[in-house]
Amino acid sequence: MSVPTQRAVRHDVCPLDELPVGEGRTYVVGGEQVALFRRRSGRVSAVQAACPHAGGPLADGQIDERVVVCPLHQNAFDLDTGESTTGAAPVRVHPCSVGPDGRVTVEL
Amino acid sequence: MTATTTRTDTIPHQRSRKRRLVVVGNGMAGARAVEEVLERGGAEQFDVTVFGAEPYGNYNRIMLSHVLTGEEEEDSIFLNSLPWYTENGIDLRAGVAVERVDTAARVVHDAQGGTTPYDVLVLATGATPFIPSMDGLHRADGSLLDGVFAFRTLDDTRALLAAARQHRRAVVIGGGLLGLEAAYGLATHGVQVDLVHSPKHLMNQQLGPEAGRVLRRSIEALGIRVHTGVRTKGVRGTDRVSGVELPDGEVLDADLVVVAAGIRPNTEVALRSGLEVERGVLVDDRMRCEGDVGEVYAIGECVQHRGETYGLVAPLWEQAGVLADHLTGADPDAEYHGSRTATKLKVAGVDVVQMGLPGPERDDDEFVVFSEPHRGVYLNVVIREGRLVGATLLGDVRKTAFLQQAFDQGLPLPEERTSLLFDLGTPGEEVGVAELADGAQVCNCNGVTKGAIVQAVEGGATSLNAVMGATKAAKGCGSCKSAVEQITQWAAGGNLTVDESANWYVPGVPMAKPELMAAIRERGLKSVSAVFRELAPGGTEDAKSKMGLTSLLRMMWPEGIEEERDGRFINDRVHANIQRDGTFSVVPQMKGGVTTPEQLRKIADVADKYDVGMVKVTGGQRIDLLGVKKEDLPRVWKDLGMPSGYAYGKSVRTVKTCVGTDFCRFGLGDSTKLGIDLETRFQGIETPAKLKLGVVGCPRNCAEAYVKDIGVVAVGGGKWEVHVGGAAGASVRKADLLATVDSPEEVITLAGRFIQFYREWGNWLERTYEFVPRLGVERVRAVLVDDSDGMAAGLDERMQATVDNYRDPWLEGEQPVTPGQFRPSLPLVDLPLVPRRPAGAPGGLAPEVHSNSNAVPSTAEVSR
Repeated sequence: MSVPTQRAVRHDVCPLDELPVGEGRTYVVGGEQVALFRRRSGRVSAVQAACPHAGGPLADGQIDERVVVCPLHQNAFDLDTGESTTGAAPVRVHPCSVGPDGRVTVEL
Repeated sequence: MTATTTRTDTIPHQRSRKRRLVVVGNGMAGARAVEEVLERGGAEQFDVTVFGAEPYGNYNRIMLSHVLTGEEEEDSIFLNSLPWYTENGIDLRAGVAVERVDTAARVVHDAQGGTTPYDVLVLATGATPFIPSMDGLHRADGSLLDGVFAFRTLDDTRALLAAARQHRRAVVIGGGLLGLEAAYGLATHGVQVDLVHSPKHLMNQQLGPEAGRVLRRSIEALGIRVHTGVRTKGVRGTDRVSGVELPDGEVLDADLVVVAAGIRPNTEVALRSGLEVERGVLVDDRMRCEGDVGEVYAIGECVQHRGETYGLVAPLWEQAGVLADHLTGADPDAEYHGSRTATKLKVAGVDVVQMGLPGPERDDDEFVVFSEPHRGVYLNVVIREGRLVGATLLGDVRKTAFLQQAFDQGLPLPEERTSLLFDLGTPGEEVGVAELADGAQVCNCNGVTKGAIVQAVEGGATSLNAVMGATKAAKGCGSCKSAVEQITQWAAGGNLTVDESANWYVPGVPMAKPELMAAIRERGLKSVSAVFRELAPGGTEDAKSKMGLTSLLRMMWPEGIEEERDGRFINDRVHANIQRDGTFSVVPQMKGGVTTPEQLRKIADVADKYDVGMVKVTGGQRIDLLGVKKEDLPRVWKDLGMPSGYAYGKSVRTVKTCVGTDFCRFGLGDSTKLGIDLETRFQGIETPAKLKLGVVGCPRNCAEAYVKDIGVVAVGGGKWEVHVGGAAGASVRKADLLATVDSPEEVITLAGRFIQFYREWGNWLERTYEFVPRLGVERVRAVLVDDSDGMAAGLDERMQATVDNYRDPWLEGEQPVTPGQFRPSLPLVDLPLVPRRPAGAPGGLAPEVHSNSNAVPSTAEVSR
């Protein structure tokens, strides 16, 4: 997981309702492609949108509380740390939260 | 030996005790040497540093040809990834080349100006491709012309792959092992390949002329043009290669040229370090470099031992073992006496085994030959004084184990010499496992002997996976996996354990399918999350189990489940098949492969309107629209006005038919109508793995029913045969005859009963070609035809309920099920772009490369 070298900016991205439970959606945040996921427990995560292995769309992957599995070659990535559990390169993870107004924000 | 302990970032007392082992070269030999040292407890004795010129961990170079053909992903060929080095405390300097070694001061100087002291040095610098001198190969500045490639490293392979996707014509120079692999790899990408080889026959290093000719036929059958006995005169092109010129003036057009004219040992570092070098770095039987240079060793392709240099992997393994025995003191008397060159490999899809002499040399040598060129089979043995001194097997390598043993040990041979080439009542392959010598090498990629496998089993590894983990056997190209399994079974006797998790329906819930179904039914679980909550350890979800559970629940509860879209794979969420660039393929239903001009017009209009990347007729007698953007899917379906063809699911896919009785003069039954009726009834039904059907109107089998999951064949007199468990994919299997019935209605009933039986008893992702042999067709017949277990009525009933609840998923296009169901997830990255086929080429539509850039809305415009 990379440490931002510049000052991170908090971006307002979408209402939580736009993320179906257990699924992912892709957004452009601060000019960067980010895949947002809403776990069944309610936690949200934001990681880079493209799989580092072959550019697969991670938002189309399946998730559980721990990982997202890329739909193209089934590489898995920890949603909190970005580390791959299948030996691929890690993905970037961005701090992400849901505000009291029900909107999802991402720091980038 | 003493070492300074002034550095504070290392552990001083270890530093003072351990010696410093520096390995120059992180290829197959260097990394293997380190592994062998570690295996002998070397971590206690040495601090290990490894220099690797390539910026990667250690990969299996043999497998690069599989990466080129696309059979393997890059990731899967790594033997030791970067974390492995860290875990084993090895200081890996990846991407750092070594300049020279000061053997007097015992210091390695690297290309970045660094110096690394050592106590023991191992050179494993490998080899580089030999580029013969040819006119025009180099530009004025000495660099290679654009479009000219070697085939040695992962980077070479990546560059070749990229070029193969862009170009149409290639010339491969060199018809040895590497050249053939390169030619085969390029041909699999649709590149037209000419292979130019200056010796008289292919693989002349290993094969005799006749075997070379048989191999040539097999290579030519792949569409590769072979030119033997022809030297390449020069390369044409000013900045980029445009062709290859032959001595007679003929020019072979080429957009890319691969030079595979052999390898040469890398001796630069050794030369600069003052070591003795002839063709390779000179070493003695302990792999120690000649001369008074201290503890400097060398192994692998860079060495010359007793006058021989080696370019195959097996000798490297032997050398690494001897070296490690010395370095660690495990066996101070170990000696390497050279390797008998036995080659076992698969080149361009052809199995080749060669040991000893390729042909007779003396007048009284016995020579037994069998040649069947049209099948690509050539076998010979050379016998001298009653002992096997040579064998060549091409295209049929079933006798390898026996011949290898006879060759290695000089066993007495059967009087009937032909039994060396064929099984004429001599021990077959199965028995051969028991008879195989302990020292016989089973896995050539990783150099694992039968003895090592037996040892692993005795050491407690009693499942195939455990043995593979302990020995690395079958972890290279995998072609020896069945042999490894047989030896494991044989060695374990009755104690063979099956990995328990292998019986689980999905990895995240520790239950086999019948047990899981009982639990689900008992507790009335109707959602994937409920299954995890109630049945998974700790109630923990598992992403990789969700798809299988969704399929199971939908099978068990035909009237409907508590739908959770995250339980579905993306294909089942958007009812289309995801492609490598994140676009989708759309295949409308075309029952029995029968269509109409109106449908074709619609398909053509849709292809135009949505700028479809490729329109392709599928093997299942339908039409595939490839490269459709996710956001376009609902409109594409609406404009087509046709139901889903299910070309994306673990479900009933398609029913292929022949033209039956309406037009065909041979037809015995109306296969077209029956195929359409079958597809209508069973469309879209979930199954453990995909299910492909075929119906043919006579045994000429024009729609390939004999190799379908369910194949129906009209045999005359109103009778139909129903076959099950066939396959013609990665596995090819002729289906088993289940029953012969008297009417199309009975075919439909029996097919439905079989599908439901498979749905209820098949394991997740188990194809029928595995399911039917697992149970045995006799058992399947007893249950389904003779109703031996009283299950038939229930199966029919549950199938009917499933059919009654069918709904075309493409109707979801009108009312998305979740917010943003069809929102694009495509990354904006430039890779991978799927190039369009060139305009004017078959299948080519428009000249530009399609990219999905800007396909994703920014945060400002996310609402639909």
